[in-house]
Amino acid sequence: MQLIACPWCGPREEVEFSYGGQAHVPYPDSPAELSDEEWAHYVFFRDNPKGRFAERWNHSAGCRRWFNAIRDTTTYRFERVYRLDDPKRGGTELASSRKEGTAP
Amino acid sequence: MAELLRTHPLEAWRADFERLPGTVGITVEPYVAVVDVRLGTVGAEASAALGVDLPTAPNTWVPTGTGRAVWLGPDEWLLTSTTETPEELEARVRAAVLPLGGSATDVSAQRIGLRLTGARVRDVLAKGCSIDLHPRVFGRGSSAQTTLGQAGVVLLALSDSADDHVVLVRSSFAGYLADWLLDAALEFTSVPLTHDR
Repeated sequence: MQLIACPWCGPREEVEFSYGGQAHVPYPDSPAELSDEEWAHYVFFRDNPKGRFAERWNHSAGCRRWFNAIRDTTTYRFERVYRLDDPKRGGTELASSRKEGTAP
Repeated sequence: MAELLRTHPLEAWRADFERLPGTVGITVEPYVAVVDVRLGTVGAEASAALGVDLPTAPNTWVPTGTGRAVWLGPDEWLLTSTTETPEELEARVRAAVLPLGGSATDVSAQRIGLRLTGARVRDVLAKGCSIDLHPRVFGRGSSAQTTLGQAGVVLLALSDSADDHVVLVRSSFAGYLADWLLDAALEFTSVPLTHDR
């Protein structure tokens, strides 16, 4: 079984984790001014790249903490895991990333 | 009106546990008071107020004199006490951590403890637990939140020779886990176990 390295607990089996979708989706700067379509894009629209992808994971059967991971969606290989308070990995390195603060 | 009896969730398994040989001994730990502590930063102030240095290394536990302090997360611990009632423990710990911005909640009824002792205990646990329990990496003072069989558990290592563990399991999963442990221990026993529950 694939092991995922929790930043707190170390390598654990994949079944102990739950998936949290794309990481680093910025909250809208001025949410009150968003149109319904822009809200829909913020709430529902996520990148679906082939290649390296920044994701959120939760160690739900262990320490129950959220963390981020860079995972390759083609090989399923975890390249790096990092805590939420770590600085964001440079967006340009990823296969696809949403630019901060811009409307979709 | 029906009389309410307080029975242990594993009352029906005690007879089977007693039949197990010493190499895979299982005993039900007595009820203890347990408090879940959330605290952002752990410093000298918190240690002085609580009377114990909360472990900050992941997956460890320390004895507190009358109980244990178990690391559950970077800002979360489990404090147990054998001498205080749940109400007393909660009040004492809450008074200690509240001024520091923390919180304490009585969770005594959440988990029960099973003590696993004997030379083959590591083999029994290995049947349903993926983490490395070799004493070289899981010696006394180690803990792990993981799954055993299908149940989420907190594992505590009580010895450096991997022959003494405590499994904390949620009360509603205790029956399942007891059945699972008896089944896993079957190959190390010579006496047939009853299944009359």
